[in-house]
Amino acid sequence: MTVERPNTFASGPDEFGHFGIFGGRFVAETLMPLILEVERAFNEAREDPEFLRELDVYSRTYVGRPSPLYFAERITEELGGAKVYFKRDELNHTGAHKINNTLGQILLARRMGKTRIIAETGAGQHGVATATVCARFNLPCVVYMGRTDMERQSANVFRMKLLGAEVVPVDSGTATLKDAMNEAIRDWVANVENTFYIIGTVAGPHPYPYMVREFQSVIGQEVRWQMQEAEGRLPDSLVACIGGGSNALGLFHPFLDDAEVDIYGVEAAGHGIESGEHAASLNGGRPGVLHGNRTYLLQTGDGQILDAYSISAGLDYPGIGPEHAWLHESGRVTYLSASDQEALDAFQWCTRKEGIIPALEPAHALAVVRKLAPELPRDHLMVMNMCGRGDKDVATVAKRLGVEL
Amino acid sequence: MSERATQPRTAADLAIQERQVPERERGADSGRIRARFDRLKAEGRGGLVTFVTAGDPDFETGAELLAGLPDAGADLIELGIPFSDPMADGPAIQQGSLRALRAGMTLRRTLDLVAGFRERDGDTPVVLMGYYNPIYAYGVERFLADAQAAGVDGLIIVDLPPEEDVELCIPALKAGVNFIRLATPTTDDNRLPAVLTNTSGFVYYVSIAGITGTRAAADQQVAEAVERLRRHTDLPVAVGFGIRTPEQAAKIAEIADAAVVGSALVETVAANLNADGTPKTGCARAVLDQVRALADGVRGAVKQA
Repeated sequence: MTVERPNTFASGPDEFGHFGIFGGRFVAETLMPLILEVERAFNEAREDPEFLRELDVYSRTYVGRPSPLYFAERITEELGGAKVYFKRDELNHTGAHKINNTLGQILLARRMGKTRIIAETGAGQHGVATATVCARFNLPCVVYMGRTDMERQSANVFRMKLLGAEVVPVDSGTATLKDAMNEAIRDWVANVENTFYIIGTVAGPHPYPYMVREFQSVIGQEVRWQMQEAEGRLPDSLVACIGGGSNALGLFHPFLDDAEVDIYGVEAAGHGIESGEHAASLNGGRPGVLHGNRTYLLQTGDGQILDAYSISAGLDYPGIGPEHAWLHESGRVTYLSASDQEALDAFQWCTRKEGIIPALEPAHALAVVRKLAPELPRDHLMVMNMCGRGDKDVATVAKRLGVEL
Repeated sequence: MSERATQPRTAADLAIQERQVPERERGADSGRIRARFDRLKAEGRGGLVTFVTAGDPDFETGAELLAGLPDAGADLIELGIPFSDPMADGPAIQQGSLRALRAGMTLRRTLDLVAGFRERDGDTPVVLMGYYNPIYAYGVERFLADAQAAGVDGLIIVDLPPEEDVELCIPALKAGVNFIRLATPTTDDNRLPAVLTNTSGFVYYVSIAGITGTRAAADQQVAEAVERLRRHTDLPVAVGFGIRTPEQAAKIAEIADAAVVGSALVETVAANLNADGTPKTGCARAVLDQVRALADGVRGAVKQA
């Protein structure tokens, strides 16, 4: 590829929300004035010390930040190569990185005077994180979730209901995450005056990919000083799983201009990319336009969107954040993949070795750590984002292992 | 609204207006849309625009339906490009799109449908309505050439706001294909100039903030909105979303230059299917009868000054 190497990888997007050719604002006119308003409000908020103070207080006292950087000693010993650290974002309130973003967005929604919150969810983690902050800030919350996903993640559905959210089953299309997002957009168009849409990942129309990245970047910013404290220097490599890609970008973004740091994103290969049943948009898709942005998509030759497949409902999306598409084409980040089986093996391995039950999403990242680390020297510092805890996946894993609960 | 009106335009808004494609750079279009609105004006009435999804429930029925629309009284035809993820559409049109896709429709076959129609009708304007991804996948330049060859007069692409004009709008205007923009209740006076920049053929006013086929706007609100649009543009104004009955269509045709009816027709397609999704005998005829009733309504309406 003959992509010119830019001076910086961290300055995007431009004023139209583009990362190279990716991103943009491909939405119906009804939403445009609101999207411009969200952009304006976000840009003001991030310069406002009062907003930043509020965000910081809740991050520390409600979410539990900073999350620890943990040296995974037994895994490191077994792999016999790189020194492996976990960024423990699974210890956040609600058990995943998702709340970093929902907290930021709900504070913005309040600032904008919005009185109703909507969200889409796949695995239910973002839905739970949204319902949680809605309960805390006393705003009505409607979560759209594909009916197929509701069956796969019934515990999370109940959690959202306990938190006071209305969970709306989506039967349109194929009844999964992409359809939940379509339905949330339809709701937004019809309730544009009072409603704020909390998108769960670094996708959607500008400013969402940028805004969500900014709220998640706290992950990478903490890793910078935590690794200084632990080892007196920056890490040598970063690894994170990718569905839409918000946990990954949160870890990666503060390191994009540190050329000596190798960065690996891990897509879900499902039954294998060659099988056609996967969620690897970069490794198995091509550029297209969906949900407000141009990015890599799983699609037919005619531009019809295909269903993604992964054992992990959180990675099961036929697109990927536009900034990842750009980082892929510019070569700054290397995108690999891990299959269902590899993730399942890593899930059990981590649980027994470190006493940490990872979510199936970061289990994909761990599967790649398992391949990369043995080939690297012992002084190589590798950080993997443990972006979610695996309690929600216990039933899925039991079923796959043929265990009756 | 008043608060927003006092805010200065952003640099991005100004950048959009600077992209205006001057008349001399626009390709010659088919002239069918202009001729049709001129004729409606001469007849002193508003027009009926009908929307159906291309190839719903299958190619043959779609072709039969399309061929019958002008005689049934459709003044302009909007033809939906089937898409797997129609984000601005309600359940009726979503289902229509999925039926067409299951029956094997593609963008190429949508163009074939138009080409077949054009063999027998050289006057009725055909506007394709849909989402950008199928066109992007097809390739913009190739699509514009093929659409023109097939006899397409204009495009309404829901997810291409003025911010994304370089994608398709500007190439379309240069090629001589009209690009019809949607204005909505959220498009305030500040934004309207950006929306009308590079709009051609007519302006489609979406009468509600919402998706297709749900609720209807009050006539008074529509009248005020059309009035406001006319202060900003000389293009004809068509109004759609939520118009279902001959009475509603008649009322809108008095206020605006044309009334668009879509979901109600697509629901009639759905009501005339067998359990296996194949069309019942007379499926197209049922829709055409409904179009006739709507056209009678529109033709009976008296144009307001």
